[in-house]
Amino acid sequence: MRRFRTLLGRELGAAFHQPLAYVVLFFFLLITGFNFHAGVSLLNRAAGGTTMVEAFFNTVYFWFPFLLVFPLITMRVFAEEAKLGTIETLMTAPVRDGQVVFAKYFGALVFYLILWLPSLLYFVVFQLVTDRSAAGAVGSYLGAYAMIVLLGMLYTALGCLASALTDNQIVAAVMAFAAILGLFFLGMLALVMPSAGPLVREITYYFSPVQHMMDFSRGIFDSRPVVFYVSSTALAVFATFHVFQYRRWKS
Amino acid sequence: MIKVEQLTKRYGSVTAVDGIGFSVAKGEIVGFLGPNGAGKSTTMKMLAGFLPPTSGSAEVAGRDVFRESLRAREHVGYMPENVPLYPDMRVCEYLRYRAALKGVPGRRMRERMQDVLELCGLGDVGRTIIGHLSKGYRQRVGLADAMIHEPDILILDEPTIGLDPNQIRQVRDLIRNLRRHHTILLSTHILPEVEMLCSRVIIINRGRIEAMDTPQNLRERIGAAGHIVLDAKVPGAKAAAAGLRALAGVATVTARTDGGRTVFTIHAAAGADPREDIFRHAAQEKWPVRELSRPAVSLEQVFASVTHAEEH
Repeated sequence: MRRFRTLLGRELGAAFHQPLAYVVLFFFLLITGFNFHAGVSLLNRAAGGTTMVEAFFNTVYFWFPFLLVFPLITMRVFAEEAKLGTIETLMTAPVRDGQVVFAKYFGALVFYLILWLPSLLYFVVFQLVTDRSAAGAVGSYLGAYAMIVLLGMLYTALGCLASALTDNQIVAAVMAFAAILGLFFLGMLALVMPSAGPLVREITYYFSPVQHMMDFSRGIFDSRPVVFYVSSTALAVFATFHVFQYRRWKS
Repeated sequence: MIKVEQLTKRYGSVTAVDGIGFSVAKGEIVGFLGPNGAGKSTTMKMLAGFLPPTSGSAEVAGRDVFRESLRAREHVGYMPENVPLYPDMRVCEYLRYRAALKGVPGRRMRERMQDVLELCGLGDVGRTIIGHLSKGYRQRVGLADAMIHEPDILILDEPTIGLDPNQIRQVRDLIRNLRRHHTILLSTHILPEVEMLCSRVIIINRGRIEAMDTPQNLRERIGAAGHIVLDAKVPGAKAAAAGLRALAGVATVTARTDGGRTVFTIHAAAGADPREDIFRHAAQEKWPVRELSRPAVSLEQVFASVTHAEEH
């Protein structure tokens, strides 16, 4: 456990030691701040019908930085270590492959969650200024942030997998972005082909992040997406572990 | 301390290490010598637990490197070629991280840090960011990292490569000081380095061990094939060479005239040492002799003859 903590500490240190971290933080805050502003304007125009939380988590201003941020966070994780050759010093220390993979994964995930911390302030400010609740019920907050965590788990895992596949950070970022976008747009299949019938709609619901977020941010909890995200995350982390081992043994 | 048997590593159809076997006793400094691509690094990576072998076995400190990899790694301090480090960390930060990773207990951390910083001469750069360090300092950080957890065995891959002569001397002194506490396996393709540092040399070429002995023995072994140099003023080079060739124990003579002097390169017959006969012959002929010597055979020649023989 001590080794895992040491590794995790190093991962977070490495994440914050690079200038990219602050560029990402800056633009992420800028865009989510704008998203908040857009949400407030929307509420001003259309009173009732929607809540601040719903307005915040279901716009293109939310999804755009959300999808973009994962490749930037995860591209470094394995690729840099392979490029620098530090993988050799790392893996000749008495640490297990699994410890390293988990530490790297959780390091990226924690950085992602830190990105979301300031957003909590928006809703506090909203409530203080307008004297109105930002959400219909507490479940709305819980649902929206549960979805932030669940989606983050899967997309971070995909990003880590991409990073483990290559020595080149740019290649890792492009692969991660392609995988995440592919998965995201696959979930919009029902929107793209409205004539496809109820079966397609039914199936795409299982992996449509837009649908899931819409439901969860209304406070509607559904166990199906939870199972989907947790199990596919496990699959991606498992694949990352094997790619990591395979590439080392091939080197 | 280190025991290697029939160790083989293949990459596809390329055999990088081909069934090598050797052992290193406690307190020895063993040098791995070979040209680039001979399989030195691959062997060291396998010993350090980074690469799995295709076949064969290796043991360090009584632990199988593959079956009990974690246990084995605890006993090994490994410094890879080119010393990969995290450029974003400070020296102390990096060493503390590595120490924690290698299981140095918290209460011993301060003491270990002080020890390695002092031993490796890193006292002044503890707060420096590694990315800003010179090559020589990076090398020392790598060494400090390798020994921070007081391993029984140090495996150093090309510890002096890319350093200037001053830095090379410093790193060598450092390694020599480490001999008291560690068993050391180092690789190099610089021959004088091996002669200076190592108690034993393993010459490796194309994945095979070509020779394994002390530097002295190796030199003597090839020494018989060494040559004698005679530098004298002779009236006629050709006639003089023929005269020398007639001496007992002389195999071949080549003469090179340079101004008024002639330099003879004389190869002795196997097992013979004709230097005294050559002296008497020269005295008898009344040649003014400027030099009669037998240049020491360097490991360079040992190496050349050992690896060259393979090619024929």
